[in-house]
Amino acid sequence: MRRLTWFNTTALTLGFAFLYLPMIILIIYSFNESKLVTVWAGFSTKWYGELLGNEAFLSAAWVTLKVAVFSSTLATILGTLGALVLVRAGRFPGRTLFSGMIYAPLVMPEVITGLSLLLLFIGIGLDRGVFTIVLAHTTFSMCFVSVVVSSRLVSFDRSLEEAALDLGCSPMEAFRLVTLPIIAPAVISGWLLAFTLSLDDLVIASFTAGPSATTLPMKIWSSVRLGVSPEINALSTLMIGIVAIGVISASLITKRAALRQEAEERAAVQA
Amino acid sequence: MRRAALIIIPYFWLLALFLVPFLIVLKISLSDTALAIPPYTPTLDFSNGWQGIKDFWAALDLENFEFLTTDDLYWKAYLSSLKIAVIATFLTLLVGYPIAYGMANAPDHWRPTLMMLVILPFWTSFLIRVYSWMGILSNEGYLNQLLMGMGVISEPLTILNTNTAVYIGIVYTYLPFMILPIYSALERLDASLLEAAEDLGCSRLTAFWLVTVPLSKNGIIAGCFLVFIPTLGEFVIPSLLGGSKTLMIGKVLWEEFFNNRDWPVASAVAVILLLILIIPIILFQRNEQKQREADG
Amino acid sequence: MGQTVFEPWNDPDAKPLIQFKNVTKRFGDFVAIDNQSFDIYEQEFFALLGPSGCGKTTMMRMLAGFETPTEGTILLGGQDIAPIPPNKRAVNMMFQSYALFPHLSIWENIAFGLKRDNMPKDKIDARVAEMLKLTRLEQFAKRKPHQCSGGQRQRVALARSLAKAPKLLLLDEPLGALDAKLRQDTQFELMDIQEKTGTTFVIVTHDQEEAMTVASRVAVMDHGKIIQADTPARIYEMPNSAYVADFIGDVTIISGTATPAGDGYDIAFAEGQPILHAKSDIQLAKAQSCHLAIRPEKVAITAEKPADAANALQGKILDIAYLGNLSTYHVELANGQVVKSQTANTRRLSRRSFTWEDEVWLSWTDTAGVLLKE
Repeated sequence: MRRLTWFNTTALTLGFAFLYLPMIILIIYSFNESKLVTVWAGFSTKWYGELLGNEAFLSAAWVTLKVAVFSSTLATILGTLGALVLVRAGRFPGRTLFSGMIYAPLVMPEVITGLSLLLLFIGIGLDRGVFTIVLAHTTFSMCFVSVVVSSRLVSFDRSLEEAALDLGCSPMEAFRLVTLPIIAPAVISGWLLAFTLSLDDLVIASFTAGPSATTLPMKIWSSVRLGVSPEINALSTLMIGIVAIGVISASLITKRAALRQEAEERAAVQA
Repeated sequence: MRRAALIIIPYFWLLALFLVPFLIVLKISLSDTALAIPPYTPTLDFSNGWQGIKDFWAALDLENFEFLTTDDLYWKAYLSSLKIAVIATFLTLLVGYPIAYGMANAPDHWRPTLMMLVILPFWTSFLIRVYSWMGILSNEGYLNQLLMGMGVISEPLTILNTNTAVYIGIVYTYLPFMILPIYSALERLDASLLEAAEDLGCSRLTAFWLVTVPLSKNGIIAGCFLVFIPTLGEFVIPSLLGGSKTLMIGKVLWEEFFNNRDWPVASAVAVILLLILIIPIILFQRNEQKQREADG
Repeated sequence: MGQTVFEPWNDPDAKPLIQFKNVTKRFGDFVAIDNQSFDIYEQEFFALLGPSGCGKTTMMRMLAGFETPTEGTILLGGQDIAPIPPNKRAVNMMFQSYALFPHLSIWENIAFGLKRDNMPKDKIDARVAEMLKLTRLEQFAKRKPHQCSGGQRQRVALARSLAKAPKLLLLDEPLGALDAKLRQDTQFELMDIQEKTGTTFVIVTHDQEEAMTVASRVAVMDHGKIIQADTPARIYEMPNSAYVADFIGDVTIISGTATPAGDGYDIAFAEGQPILHAKSDIQLAKAQSCHLAIRPEKVAITAEKPADAANALQGKILDIAYLGNLSTYHVELANGQVVKSQTANTRRLSRRSFTWEDEVWLSWTDTAGVLLKE
């Protein structure tokens, strides 16, 4: 029944061309010799060299990486706790408020999240810098982690935990030895999501960074507002490349694992 | 005991870093602008004891909200944001539905790859994806070069720094949000339903209108909200691709805060934006819940 | 046989392993277990049988420690188990879904409980090997659960719950996920293992055939109450209520009024129908309403009226259920009452004597039916 009609083929071709052409053009022109980005003047990798020699970009990248690692790790811990509370804790006073606070940041415009956190940091006299960005990123990305992990927890078979208790585990051991290993894929994808959200964020970082810290998106922002630049093209290409390699290899690994599991299950049924 | 600890940690984190900041925004939106640090009055002063708190309450008022209604910049910005969000959502649906439809009807072994291709842009920088259109849409950009090279136009088209560029940017960056829910609705659609419709005398096209579209309704609604809600408060796209005439409330808020340093007005702008957003968010939640109930 | 009969429940000196004393369990307003008291003895294979929602699973989960009684006490070896958490109880459970840990191999699954007890490594090795042998899983030790068939998974779950040599093993619908053929084989395997290990088994099931096959005693439950707890034979032959008679096996229930007559009763059940006779010990007043439960295999079907039958009724064949070895005839009496009769098909189909719409006679002795109070 599933077949590729001319309509489907056209829709898919045009659709994916639309999604990918801008990025492909960006990548091609990052190897452009000329400073004038829209005029092709021959192949060159000089903008990559210039990028790697640019102290400001490198230090911004370092700040971004630090923020992303700390905030995504913290967000994963807090978000997993949040998911456990959502799915497991049952009724407690203020449960509705809690689930509201988990879901609200997902749809909250970034400008509002950024503004409100900045006003808080100023209000309590906290010096702004890497630390405040980490706090801000942790707060909004923990909610994404919560949603990812809780959707896995909902389908988790509670009798596995009961079996662990029955076999002599304390509740903590049951969580560590049974629940955590089984929900680990969801926790890892939660971490990856939090990490990417942090790497990607411009608006909230701009509000909460203060003068002392600049993240890579903030640096890119201040540069692209003035127009297209070949250095940014090179930087974009690097970032797209890293993401593409990461996502493609992750999906290949999961696909192979799924295929192997399927084959083994088939073999088990026949045995 | 352990359960209480489990609840308290994330609960307090969110209270301190989500709810309290928002209450501060609410409070500052009721304050007055001042040339001071921080640049608003009143500030809560506990040194005067009870009287201080009373004075503080007495000094709060709705002046900033009145100001928003008198200066037509703001309500025009809200209206224009709504207009841009509605049109952009509709355009994203027009572009996204055929892609989702094509994916759902692609051969089984293609679908994981197509799925990955739709998700891949999610993981790449939003800022870079918006930026990639600057080179394409500018007066001497690749699109104008192509069209002039083909002889379609003789004068370069002005697209960058107009609302058209903003629409293109929104459709481009939010397209996956539209495709994925529609695709998951279409994928679950039982192919025999279409065969049944054709068997009962529908043409291909009427079967599509009478069976496929109604059954993908939930996906369409979810996709539209997922595009509409973040678009309304969008800042990066109108700032990079839009022109000085492009009015969007996210941009106004940013400028009010960073350029004019008018914190109370910026806060009032934020409060109103949230009030506008509450309606679509509640509708979206309803739709999701209805679907969960239908599934479960 | 030569062995003494295993019937500790009839021995007043026997000490029960488990005692339920006035146990009630409520979930909000819903009463899952309604003031129940009963005993289970060591080495018993005790079945809790009933439809879903009758409270049998709640009973088991209270034994495992996942639920606590709202009222009353449960004693294990004379000790109140309410304050003991599940991980400290000498009770293990085999879960309906098996609950095998998907990230651990079969070997690790079986060793899981032993490791929690900090057993030395060589002892763990020996015990796991013993369990693998008992359940014939030796060559699957290194596999993960998803690499095993349904029957193998079932045996892993059994081996894992037996590994810690619990005083009491709880089995929640242990055969529910297996297909019919495999289920039969596994029932005997289960009985075999129970006998070998000498562990007390409590099994929860909704399948009456399974309960009758494996259990030393069956407790039939309904709406949070044990209606009857007895050996399979007594449950079948001497049900104490219409509910039990109807739940276990096939039965015809005729409702009427009883009049004492000799060492039994005369039962009038419909105008124009003959009076039925049944011997019974139960006490019924004159004209008290009652039920007579008759198993189909105890009802003979003949073309002519039998001369000396205690009970004989005439009717018309409504339906014939051909089961291969047996046929069940549904015979409708003149008043509309349907009585079932079952006969062995000792002859070939072509020579079968009765067919639809035939007028036939049904007869049974005065000890065949069980008289039950309203």
